[in-house]
Amino acid sequence: MLVTILASLYAASPSSDSRCRRVVSGRNARDLVAVESQSIAFGRLRWGVPLSDLDRIVITGVGLTAPNGNSLPEYRQNLLVAKSGVVNYETRYMGPVLAGVCNFDELRYQKKKDLRRGTRAGSIAVYCANEAVKDSGIDWPNVARENVGVYIGITEHGNVETENEIYEISKFEYDTKVWSHHHNPRTVANNAAGEVTLNMGITGPHLTLGAACAAGNAGFIQAVQMLRLKEVDLAIAGGVSESIHTFGIFASFAAQGALATHEDPTKACRPFDKNRNGIVVAEGGGICTLERLPDALKRGAKIYAEVIGYAMNSDAKDFVLPDSNRQAECIYLAMKRAGISPEDVDIVSSHATATEQGDIEEAAALRRVFGNSPKTFINNTKSFIGHAMGAAGALELLGNVPSFDDGIVHATINLDDLDPRCALPNLVINQPREIGPVKCILNNSFGMLGINSVVIIRKFQG
Amino acid sequence: MTSDQIRQVILDILGRIAPDEDLTDLDDARPFREQMELDSMDFLDIVMELRKMYRIQIPEEDYPNLNTMGGTVEYLLPRLKDVPVGA
Repeated sequence: MLVTILASLYAASPSSDSRCRRVVSGRNARDLVAVESQSIAFGRLRWGVPLSDLDRIVITGVGLTAPNGNSLPEYRQNLLVAKSGVVNYETRYMGPVLAGVCNFDELRYQKKKDLRRGTRAGSIAVYCANEAVKDSGIDWPNVARENVGVYIGITEHGNVETENEIYEISKFEYDTKVWSHHHNPRTVANNAAGEVTLNMGITGPHLTLGAACAAGNAGFIQAVQMLRLKEVDLAIAGGVSESIHTFGIFASFAAQGALATHEDPTKACRPFDKNRNGIVVAEGGGICTLERLPDALKRGAKIYAEVIGYAMNSDAKDFVLPDSNRQAECIYLAMKRAGISPEDVDIVSSHATATEQGDIEEAAALRRVFGNSPKTFINNTKSFIGHAMGAAGALELLGNVPSFDDGIVHATINLDDLDPRCALPNLVINQPREIGPVKCILNNSFGMLGINSVVIIRKFQG
Repeated sequence: MTSDQIRQVILDILGRIAPDEDLTDLDDARPFREQMELDSMDFLDIVMELRKMYRIQIPEEDYPNLNTMGGTVEYLLPRLKDVPVGA
C-alpha cells in the first residue's frame, strides 16, 4: 500500500529520476548549470502531466498574528503602507533591544488559566489556528477531529521556559525543589501543535517541526505531504515564534555580530541595504487550513491559493553560513515539482534577514535563477516586521497572498543605499508596485545548519 | 499567622493558579475540586507556592489534608503559626 502511495506521489515525474539525482548531488558550479537547464526543460514538459485533483492541495483559511497586524487584511494593509511592527523591547539580563512584538487578543480563544499553563508559542498557535478555521468557513463542529492534522514549524522551543525557571530558582539559591512541574509539558518539542489539539479537541496527528528559520515553509510542506498521503483530510499548518521572550537568541546574535541596532526601531531591519547591521528578532504566527481540492470545492470554500510546488534541502556545509548554490538548487527543485520555469514566477518573497553574508548569498541565488526573468519581482517582508523565526516563512508567504487579488507587490523597505553585492532585478524598493495579474508566488525560507525551504503557490484557476 | 491569615494566603494562591474562577463563595468544608476547575498540576502549584513562600516541604502522603480550604488551614496552622504574614 505504502509503495503504491509513494509511487503515485512521484508518478507525475516519471522520467525525472536521473535529473532529480543530479539536482540533489550537484556539488559545484558546473553541475549546477547542468541542473538549471535540465530542470527548466523538464518543468515545461511537466505542464502536460497534471496532478490528480486528489493530489492538488489548496489553502482555504488564514489565521495570523504579526508585529504589524492580527489578521490578513490588517497585516496586508500595513505592508502596503509601510507600517513597521518593530519596537524598543526590554530583555532580562541584556536590557534594551529591538524586536517585533505582537499584540493579538490572547483571551479570544483561551482562558487566563490556559495562558498560565501553556507557552507563548502555544498561545500564538492557538490564536492563529482558531482564526484560520474560522476564516475557512468549514463546519468545524461537524469536522471529524481524528482526521485533522496539526503541523507547525518552529525555530527553537524550550529556551523561554528554561530561562524563566532558572531565573526563578536563582531567587532560591538555585534550589531545584522549586523547579516547576510545568517545565516538561511546556518545553516538549511538540508543545505548540499539542496546545492547538488540546484547545480545539483535535485527535488526529500533531507535530511541531523544528526547522530553524525554514520552519514556516516546513509546516506547509508537511501538510501538503500528509494530505497527499491521505493521512489526514484537513491540515492546520504553518509556523510560530516565541523567540523574543528569551534573552538567549538576542545575545547569541549579538555575540555573532548579527543583531540589528538603530536609533529608530522601524528602520532597524534593512535587508540588502549597505547599512544593514543584522537581525531584528520577532514573534508571530501564520497558520492556514489546507485541504485537498475536491474537498474544498465540495463545500464551496474560498480558495486563497494552490500549493503547486515545494522543496527542502541541506547545505551540508556550515552551522550558520548560507550557501547560494544549495539555495538555488532548492528553488529549482521546487519549480521542477511545480512544473514551472523562472519566468512563470510573478513574485519572489525573499528570506533575506539583513545580515552581511545572508543577503549576499540569497541575492546570488536569486540572480542565478531569476536573472533572465524580466517579469519576476522580488520583495522582503522582514524589513517591516523583523525576523519572525519559525513564523517567518509562513507570515512572509501569507503577506503576499493578497497579490493574487490586487496585483500589487509590497516592497522591501528601509532600502536607502543598495549594497551592489545584493543588486537584484526587479527588486521592489520602498514603495509597493502594481504589476498587473499575479498568478504565481515563490517563498524562500532558509535557516541555520543549512536548511533550505521553498514553497510555490498559484492563484487558483479551477 | 492566624487561621484567617492562612486562609487568605491560600485564596491568593488559588487566585493566581485559577485566575478565571470566582472564589468569593468558596465553601471551606467542600473539596476544592468540586467548586472549581483544579487538576493535579494545579494542586501541585499550591504545594509549590507554599514551598516558595514559606519553605514548607509537604510530603506526598499529606496531600489529602489539602483537599479542602478547612483542611488546608488546619494542616498549615501549626506549621505557620510562628511565621509572620508576608514572610
